[in-house]
Order: sequence, then structure tokens, then C-alpha cells
Amino acid sequence: MSIEIKTNSVEPIRHTYGHIARRFGEKPASRYQEASFDIEATTNFHYRPLWDPERTLNDPRRTAIRMQDWYAVTDPRQFYYGAYVGNRAKMQESAETSYSFCEKRNLLTRLPEETREQLLRLLVPLRHVELGANMNNSKIAGDAIATTVAQMHIYQATDRLGMGQYLSRIALMIDGSTGTALDHSKSYWMDDELWQPMRRLVEDTLVVDDWFELTVVQNLLIDGQLYPLIYEKMDEWLGEQGAEDVSMLTEFMRDWFKESLRWTNAMFKTVVAESDANREQIQAWIDHWEPRVYEALLPIANETTGSEVLDEIRAQFATRLDKLGVQGKGVQA
Amino acid sequence: MAVKNKKLNLKDKYQYLTRDMAWEPTYQKKKDIFPDEDFEGIKITDWSQWEDPFRLTMDAYWKYQAEKEKKLYAIFDAFAQNNGHQNISDARYVNALKLFLTGVSPLEYAAFQGYARVGRQFSGAGARVACQMQAIDELRHSQTQQHAMSHYNKHFNGLHDASHMHDRVWFLSVPKSFFDDARSAGPFEFLTAISFSFEYVLTNLLFVPFMSGAAYNGDMATVTFGFSAQSDEARHMTLGLEVIKFILEQHEDNVPIVQRWIDKWFWRGFRLLSLVGMMMDYMLPNKVMSWAEAWEVYYEQNGGALFKDLERYGIRPPKYQDVANDAKNHVSHQAWSTFYQYSQATNFHTWMPEEDEMKWLSEKYPETFDKYYRDRFEHWDKEQKAGRRFYNNTLPQLCQVCQIPTIFTEKDDPSMLSHRQIQHEGERYHFCSDGCCDIFKNEPEKYIQAWLPVHQIYQGNCEGADVETVVSKYYHIKLGEDNLEYLGSPDHQRWLEIKGLKPRASKPGSEQDAA
Repeated sequence: MSIEIKTNSVEPIRHTYGHIARRFGEKPASRYQEASFDIEATTNFHYRPLWDPERTLNDPRRTAIRMQDWYAVTDPRQFYYGAYVGNRAKMQESAETSYSFCEKRNLLTRLPEETREQLLRLLVPLRHVELGANMNNSKIAGDAIATTVAQMHIYQATDRLGMGQYLSRIALMIDGSTGTALDHSKSYWMDDELWQPMRRLVEDTLVVDDWFELTVVQNLLIDGQLYPLIYEKMDEWLGEQGAEDVSMLTEFMRDWFKESLRWTNAMFKTVVAESDANREQIQAWIDHWEPRVYEALLPIANETTGSEVLDEIRAQFATRLDKLGVQGKGVQA
Repeated sequence: MAVKNKKLNLKDKYQYLTRDMAWEPTYQKKKDIFPDEDFEGIKITDWSQWEDPFRLTMDAYWKYQAEKEKKLYAIFDAFAQNNGHQNISDARYVNALKLFLTGVSPLEYAAFQGYARVGRQFSGAGARVACQMQAIDELRHSQTQQHAMSHYNKHFNGLHDASHMHDRVWFLSVPKSFFDDARSAGPFEFLTAISFSFEYVLTNLLFVPFMSGAAYNGDMATVTFGFSAQSDEARHMTLGLEVIKFILEQHEDNVPIVQRWIDKWFWRGFRLLSLVGMMMDYMLPNKVMSWAEAWEVYYEQNGGALFKDLERYGIRPPKYQDVANDAKNHVSHQAWSTFYQYSQATNFHTWMPEEDEMKWLSEKYPETFDKYYRDRFEHWDKEQKAGRRFYNNTLPQLCQVCQIPTIFTEKDDPSMLSHRQIQHEGERYHFCSDGCCDIFKNEPEKYIQAWLPVHQIYQGNCEGADVETVVSKYYHIKLGEDNLEYLGSPDHQRWLEIKGLKPRASKPGSEQDAA
């Protein structure tokens, strides 16, 4: 038996907006579609920006990359704002459980002095890398064409701020919320030889003007090797040093990176496949920046996992690039 | 952050979780990392003085926002499932939504883009973070509005191509040029324009009238969006006030620059709000309050108190606020008269107020309505009943700055159209007012670029020379379906069917109506 509620059914006169119907046909559309396609202004801009008078607002020429239609880049996660915050709310809930657990049991303050120092020197300074990534992705969100592209980058920007805050909280747990450990950790970022190639790299990305070049450098090249090195391999190494509890505090980053691969792979694959010109341009950027990423990560690998682990990551990364239609410097695994 | 070995208070802790992640660069010059911070002439001596307008770490943001979204979408789903559009006060109300979706929602998206940009431009990390959070909030609003209106689009005309229209339709160049103006300015002017003038000073005259209108007219989807966005808006307003105080406190040289921006953006905002004024007075079947009342409460009283407070920084109330205050009794009538005549080129319907609405207008506007506007409306009403619904087929003269047709009258002389013109490099430019003319004079090189819809039609840039072709081909508006008179329109017919009333066969204009 089933119960049947009688409703006053009304025939709609159309199923979705005209701009959505032109892309996907005159049929009911998903929330992702109605939120993400063709809602950005494309023409008849009134004034040239004072900060870039050579180009218009929403000018597709803010990058050297050319797409017939930037909306060809879509998000396999189908994140519009509501889906995005819903997903992150769940992730933060489990992160919160780990952080409270750690705090309640004093898991970090119980670590040997030397291990705590290692965390402040090797892990916590990455909060500054996250802030750089946050700035870069905010710029990209402001410059990118098409909502499907722009929204992924503003989510990326706020994600990076969030992860910078998680890393900061590790130090606040160590110093009992006084800020001294954060100050101390920052001095490594500023002055320790170990971090200088990385800091130089991050500062150099902050002056990149082409937004697609920036997403290549930040979201593909830097993240693509930094995350596996730090949050997989160095995490294991820290475990061997007796800091295995820290692992639960970086779970968010591992989950996040795995998820981010879905959209970055989809985006780069689509853009590379669009034309030879795009592929060559992206290849040129990879050739220029990828060795610098390797250089920046090398001192950290040398100090922790050993350089052979980084070489292995680089080789795997080259395999990933290959699948995207471009090449890396690493010897492919 | 000076005290050590002592637990951080909330303020300092938040600073460690935001601006302390930034550092003084040494490999690149600060000037190269933040190239847009100086060109407007604003002097910032010490970013550490920035007071965070709210303290919300990302984890808390995700959590709160996700809860809000969950509730909001539950209502959207219920609204659609139960055909909530059948419970609104009257189908004429939907025309306010058409104005909103084409005129306001695209601005939310432009705001997202603008805040993402300033969220990178400032060298002060505290300010950047606050701007980025507004950026993602604005994206939220643009998207949830698409979803809130989605169901209406399935049952009414004119909501079907909002962004396309926003880029092209003549009256939508009013809101579009407003936001283009702000986005093409430097970062400090953008914040003065949008965070301060728009979000702080005028939001109660833009956002609130639409949302209250929804509440009064049984539009559960839109009003729920309004409630859900309220706490976002509160954050945006706090940012607006902090921005202005911060800039003013940083250096005395900033005061005249900010004053000029406040003058400009007050006037541009006031002109933009003419559209909201006519929506409140004419498009809402159940009225919330009159435009004049809203202006008195939200601008004259609240704004008055605000500018009193800013006096200590050397800021005076905006220039020409006396003109704006005087105009509160006129703008909505003048705007509605214009849209009534040009209804063949809009994406919504217009109509003449019914008798009880005329009475309401007389009561709310005792000094002006009967004296200056009633006769004209009664005449049009008579013409329509005689089968001669009035449409104006000549294209109007637009103001070079606000882009509204030059329809407004002189302060203290409602029988005199206000019109100004100047010569600039051999060209003649026309304006609706001294306010707009001053804005032009301060930055002529900017405003000569304006994309004026009427000029563009004459120049053949809109896929046709006659109104009918431009409207259908270039605007994507279906003549007679999406626009013209409400009475007898397909929307009206469908509404009568919903209410179980017989659709009238012909001769629109008889007094009985579904409402």
C-alpha cells in the first residue's frame, strides 16, 4: 500500500532559465547548473578599469590562455556555494573532534621539547605558504572568466585560509595559546635557510599577473608536490620521530588535497586539450616553474624524508602531468 | 600582540589566525606585490591599526553558513513542491522580482568579483581577509537568488534571461554602470562606494524594501533568502563602517578624497534607488511603506545620525542631499510614469494604479501626488479603457552618468525638468542633475566611455534600428508576452486561472481584478 497525497499540479511554462536551456536543453536543470552558467557579465562594459586601462572589466585577455568557451571548464564536484559550505562543514566537524581530542589530552604539550621544535620549524611555517595560496586564488577568482572557473578559485582561496588557521592552531596548542610558538615559528619562515627557497618562490608567485599562469603555478605545480611531500611523506617521517598524534591534525589537508585533484585535473585537462597554443603555453610555464618548486622543496626533504622521496614524488607528478597532456621534469615512475 | 606568556584574548587570537600569517616580503618589493594600493592618493601609514570588523575563522564560517544554507534550501524545496507562487498577493508582485533578478542579482555577482579583487589588492592582510569573506558571501547571494527565483521563472514571464538582459537592456545600464563604475575604480574607492555608501548607508533602501516587499506579498522563497542573508549583510555593514573610519584615521590628506567619493556615491546610489522607489510605491500589491517614508527613516534619520558621527573626521553630509531629500516626494511617480510609457522595452509589465492605490498614493504624498501626478495617471487610465493604451515610441535622452532618462524635475519646481549640459573636448554631454554633472566634471575621461543604450541603438550596435527588433533580438524580450500592459497579459491570464477566475476575453482595463 502506498499513500497518495493529492496536490494541485500546475504545468510550468518553462523548465529553466533561457541561458541554461541554450546550453543544456529545455528541461529541468540542476542547482549547480542554474548557479554556475552564464550569470557573469560578458559585454558592454562601461568604463575601463583605472588599475588596468588596457583591458576591460571581465576581459578574457587577462591571461594568455584562450578558450572558445570558458564554461567548458566545470567542477566534477558540482560545487556551488551551498554544496561547498555543506561539504566543508562536515570536514571541519571531524577536524574539530581531532583538535579537541588533542587539546584535551595535551597530546602536543606532552611531546618531547625537540619534537615540538621540529613541528614549529618544519610544519607550522606552512601557514605562510597557505596565505600566499589564499592571496593567489583570490586574485584568480577576481580575474577569471566564467563562474564555473571563478567559483572554484574562491573556494580554493577560503580553503587555504582555513588550512593556514588549522596549522596556526597547532602552534597555539603547543604554546598554550600565548602566541609565542607562532612568533618563533615565523622566524624560521623569515630567516631559516631551510625555508628561503620556498619563501622566495611564494613571493615570486605574488607578482605573477596572468591568472591562468598563477593557477598553474599554485594549484598544479606547488600544491601537486608540496602536499604529497608534507602531508603524506613528512607526516610519516614525523610519526617515526614520535609525533604520530600530529597526523590527526593534518587529516583535513590530506582529504582536501585528494578532493582538490578532481577539479584541478579536470580543469587543466580541458584547457590543455583546447588547442596546441594552450598546451604550449602551459608547457612553457611548467618548464619555467616546476624546477623552482623542486628546489624549494628540496631542503625540506633533505632535512626530513630524504631527497629520494622527493624524487619519487616528482616522478609521480610527471605521470600526472602526462595524463593532463603536458610533461614534467621528473623521471616518470 | 605585545603581551606574551599570557593567554591571548579573542581579538589577538583572531589576528594570529589571520593577519599574522602575512609577512614582510624581502625577495619581491612590496610595491610590486601590491601595485594598486597607492594610485588613488590614499595614504595608509599603518595597516596594523585596522580593526577586524568581525572575527570569524573559516571553520566557524563553514559551519554557520552550511546551517543557514540547509534551512534555506529546505524552504526552497517546500516552496516549489507546494507551488508557493500560487499564494502570493497578486501576480503583479512578480514584476518586482523581475526587476530584482535582472537589476540586482547580477550586481551581487559583480560584487563577488570586486571583493575577490580587493581581497588581493590591499597590503593589509586583515582587510584582505574581511573582503574575501564578503566576496564568497556575494557569490552566495547571486546563486541563492537564482535558486529562489527559479520556481517563479517556471510560471511567469520575464525572468528567463537575466544576465543577458543586464548587459544590454536600456534601463539595466543604470545598475550595471553603477557597479562597473565601482569595479573600475581603485580598491579604496571600491570600498567607499560599495561597502560604505551602498552597504552601510543605503542598504536599508535597497535590500530591505525588496525583502519586506516579499514578506508583505506572500513570497516565501524570497523572504527566506532575505532572512538567511541578514547576518551576511550585517557583517558587510560592519566592514563598511570600519573601512571609512580606518581610511579617515590614517591620514588627514585622505579626508577630501573620501569626501568627494561620498558625494559621488551618495548621488549615484540615490539615482539608482529611483528604481526601488517605484517598485515600493507601484509594483507591490501589498505596500510596505511609501518610498518617501523609507527615505525619511533610513536616510534622513539614520543617515543624518551617521554623518553627525563622521563630523569629527572632517566629513560633512553628501553634497546635494537637500535635492535628494526634496525629491523623495517625486522620484517614484516620475520613474513609474516613464516605465509605463516605455513598457514595450522592458522585461516586466506596467499598469495604472487601481483606485484604492491612487488613494493610498494621495495619502502618502499629500503635497505632490494629487497636484502633479494624479491627472496624468487618470488620463492614461481613461485612454487605456478606451482601447488606446499609451506607449511612447521616441527614444529618451539619457543622462551621461546615471543613465536614467532625463525625467526628473528641479528641486522646488516640479513643473520644470532638470537638465544640464556641458561641452567637453568638442562634444556635448547631457545630465539629469548637478549631482551627475559634477561627477562627470571630476572624471570626464571615465564617463565619456559610458555605453549609453539609446546612442548604441542609434549607432546600429544592437541588432536592429527599430525598438521591436532590438527588444526581441538583442534583449531576448518577447514583445507582448514579457512586457506591455499587465492587464490582459499572459501572466495576468494565468493568474486568473490559478485563482479560478475566468480570463477576460478582450478589452483589458475593467476594474475587477484577481487581487
